[in-house]
Amino acid sequence: MRPFDYHRGTGIEDATRAAAQGSFIAGGTNLIDLMKLEVMAPERLVDINRIEELRGIEATDGGGLRIGALVSNTDLANDPRVRRHWPVLSRALLSGATQQLRNKATTGGNLLQRTRCLYFYDRAMPCNKRAPGTGCGAMEGVNRILAVLGTSEHCIATHPSDMAVAMMALGAEVEIVRASGATERLPLDDLYLLPGDTPERETVLAPGDLIAAVILPAPVEGRQAYRKVRDRASYAFALVSVAAVVAVEEGRISRADLAFGGLAPKPWRNRDVEAALVGQSPSEALFDRAADILLEDARGHGDNEFKIPLARRVLKAVLADLTTGAAA
Amino acid sequence: MTEQLKMDAPATDRRLDGMAQGLVGAPLDRPEGPLKVTGTATYADEYRIENLAHGMLVRAPGNSGRVRLANREAVAAMPGVLAVIHDPRLLRNPAQGTANKAPVQDPNEAHYLGQPVALVVAESFEQARHAAQSLEIALEGGAPRPVDPETAAYEPQPAKGVDQGDLDDAMAKATHSIDVTYRTPSHSSAPMEPHASIAQWEGEDLTLRGSYQMLKYNRNELADALGIHPDRVRILAPYVGGGFGSKLGLAPEAVAAAIAAKETGRPVSVALTRPQVFETTMRRSETRQRVRLTVDPEGRLTGIGQAALVSNLPGEVFSEPVLQATHFLYAGENRRLSLDLARVHRLCAGSVRAPGEAVGITVLECAMDELAEAAGIDPVELRRRNIPEKDPESGKEFSSRRFREALDSGAEAFGWKDRPATRSRREGEWWIGYGMASAARINVLKESRARVTLAPDGTARVETDMTDIGTGTYAILGQIAGEMLGLPRESVEVVLGDTDLPAAAGSGGSWGASSSGTSVYVACQAIRAQLAQRLGVAETDLTLRDGQAVFDNRTESLAAILNGDEIVKEGHVLPGETSKAVRQATFGAYFVEVAVNGVTGETRVRRMHGSFAAGRILNAKTARSQCLGGMIFGIGMALTEEMAFDDRDGHLANHNLAEYHIPVNADVPQITVELLEERDDWASPLQAKGIGELGICGAAGAIVNAIYNATGVRVRDFPATLDKVLAGL
Repeated sequence: MRPFDYHRGTGIEDATRAAAQGSFIAGGTNLIDLMKLEVMAPERLVDINRIEELRGIEATDGGGLRIGALVSNTDLANDPRVRRHWPVLSRALLSGATQQLRNKATTGGNLLQRTRCLYFYDRAMPCNKRAPGTGCGAMEGVNRILAVLGTSEHCIATHPSDMAVAMMALGAEVEIVRASGATERLPLDDLYLLPGDTPERETVLAPGDLIAAVILPAPVEGRQAYRKVRDRASYAFALVSVAAVVAVEEGRISRADLAFGGLAPKPWRNRDVEAALVGQSPSEALFDRAADILLEDARGHGDNEFKIPLARRVLKAVLADLTTGAAA
Repeated sequence: MTEQLKMDAPATDRRLDGMAQGLVGAPLDRPEGPLKVTGTATYADEYRIENLAHGMLVRAPGNSGRVRLANREAVAAMPGVLAVIHDPRLLRNPAQGTANKAPVQDPNEAHYLGQPVALVVAESFEQARHAAQSLEIALEGGAPRPVDPETAAYEPQPAKGVDQGDLDDAMAKATHSIDVTYRTPSHSSAPMEPHASIAQWEGEDLTLRGSYQMLKYNRNELADALGIHPDRVRILAPYVGGGFGSKLGLAPEAVAAAIAAKETGRPVSVALTRPQVFETTMRRSETRQRVRLTVDPEGRLTGIGQAALVSNLPGEVFSEPVLQATHFLYAGENRRLSLDLARVHRLCAGSVRAPGEAVGITVLECAMDELAEAAGIDPVELRRRNIPEKDPESGKEFSSRRFREALDSGAEAFGWKDRPATRSRREGEWWIGYGMASAARINVLKESRARVTLAPDGTARVETDMTDIGTGTYAILGQIAGEMLGLPRESVEVVLGDTDLPAAAGSGGSWGASSSGTSVYVACQAIRAQLAQRLGVAETDLTLRDGQAVFDNRTESLAAILNGDEIVKEGHVLPGETSKAVRQATFGAYFVEVAVNGVTGETRVRRMHGSFAAGRILNAKTARSQCLGGMIFGIGMALTEEMAFDDRDGHLANHNLAEYHIPVNADVPQITVELLEERDDWASPLQAKGIGELGICGAAGAIVNAIYNATGVRVRDFPATLDKVLAGL
């Protein structure tokens, strides 16, 4: 760990100003590990834990929720409103990490956690994300957990969050306070960047930009599911996960909001998949067609090729689950 | 004052059965347990020593080339840095178990990626870590090195094999046969306590607080590495937070700490980070195993072939003894077992829990499952029909063997008769299947010493450099002494983990309890003899219980008999003729129910049962815990655990607990353990055999066999991760 300055943020403005040369820290469940390894070495840490405005879960005028960036994964998962109206989010949170980590990890931090790529974590290895221009060690290396969609020739890292996948399916927005003081709202999908030629840039956030909250839109009709496939029963990152909100009216699918984890450098949402489903009667052939669209551009790199057929199977199973018996 | 027992004849007197205190075998708690669960047992790196400096090892970033410290001066000038050490005595890798001398010492050349090649010492741990991370290691003049065992040059290990009869002929004539190749990956011990040492010099005398399993060897290894006399070295390891083989031999951090402490004139701690534990301690070798089995129309084995390929670094003599129990587990007159050792530049291979059987019996038992199906015989019945009368290669008798009983009793307890037909039972998305496997592990007795003092107040103290690595040594040695001397468990103090005490066998190879326990037994026998002499009765007529001696219809307290004296005896056991005259081994059977998800290929173990026979059980609780631990290791082996090596440079890619998947609680179902009554007079005067590793010797095979029963998918490449199952669903 490189020596660093520590600044305790007293308010949002103070924090964003201080973080122009540094990193925010909240739960620290990922950042501290990466700092110990010197994979990340911020010159300054701006501690936002004492900033009250970033706490709390409040109902919005629109019938949704505003979730403060500092709300812990545990508190969010257990919020009665979330459990009742957005159960996919609760399920996703509870499938992630361990109880101890969830107690510490925050909503904002969860969105910004770094990839678990083994080459990113090892400073003796090339990694375009950690050290731009050094190459990608994973492409022809051990890449079982890495991405098959949205990759580039420079990076095949996956985003490891479960929470963000559910939020993506729910159409969440992030509330950002820019270093300039301006506040803006952004669809979660627009927060993340694909690796392209600059895998070191993962979001549109500039230094000092702070995620203040996540806004969930009002609950929608439909059944919700979060299905996570992993190597062990707990405390493992998703190989493939699917978050789904699906409704059926008069025998036809009226809503199919879907997002995927473990497949791509960001929580993955493909509106074409949803468009192909909506208005149609549920059937295996339809679900296959949806999977075809989802996986049309999927490309494996050896170890991780199994994710492509696995994603198909999981998507079909989730769709079958959520549409069976829902016709009435 | 030293009583010696050389185990040249079976101990048919079974003295423990005649004792009266009722401690041996009882499921007593570990006396040090409360210290451990409250965090008050002090482990190696937890000593708060004045003026302590901290060292951090620095790794080679490649597997070849001469090591140059590119920015040594700059690092030496960093805040808090006391020394940058690049001493020729630094270890390339740990010593193999019982090596008794230093392993390869060569920090000037890179042999594998991750090899420790330097140490940075600083005032604080954080300063040392940052400085170590800042030290640039340049590798000069390197060349590509072989890292793939299947394409690397290899050396046959003829002493480990056998060629008896004609296996090819048996294959040609067999009613049913199988010829299958399995692969198992490398495994890491991943003990909870990372390896750590604090070295402290007083003049020319070195004290090392370490986390080690076999102190008498470790002392010699450390002295040899440093070039000093062993008398100058004292190692203390009263508590060890798990070893599983990775702490058998002296490891790089200990030598580095000793060199640094000498150079800086201060006590120095060197603790491994978790990635370093993965990279610089022993891996279990990966294996490729071709198994050929043949049966006659009655389901009797006529041939057994097992050809294994394992690997290690150049210069290491250890070759994973894959065939160890295949030599005797089953009958079959035509036998060809062979072992090849490939030389690769991956991190060092050595003992990891149950070296040999853990992978060898696991694969043999998968092959037996395939044979059972080919021959149309129930898997349990196939095994029952092939229990050899005598050791099928040497012709020796078995010392004791309740293998058939374990199969039968285990099958009954588990409900094996309800085993579904292959791929026939489904519950929603889940395929349900049963699987079983045999367990077998060699039994070994090793030289061991202990001193027992019976104090004038009628309490006793046991002292030996034996270790307790979480296995229950503190409990068991106290039970044996209490039993023999007729004392409540609380009246016996057990002092371990100090090389100033009589040298024990150490913890490893499942031999710790029976070897060190026998030395305590021998010492106590001598004390009993002296008490009897004082009373003028035969030792065999003396009943000791609750601090009282009963003899000739009289009762007298020990304190009165001692009359202010203490009795001090050292027990010394040596293996003898009984190790050679008979085949000694432990046996058992595993039964498993799994559910395999038909959509995703995920496997969940639903329940698991093991029936085991390992001679006299010294403590039913700690013995059961050992079996549970082994079976949980088996779940990891079967489903998740794999050291993932990069084929290009041989480096270990998943060197942390987030990506090296040991089972978590949610992976472990209800596990039941049955310990069969057994006495083995040939093994030791305790009639006990080793049980520490038996629980893993085949367990993973039972799970993979259950996956086949559930789904019809044979996974021959461990672990059976969902992608491999999915491919066949």
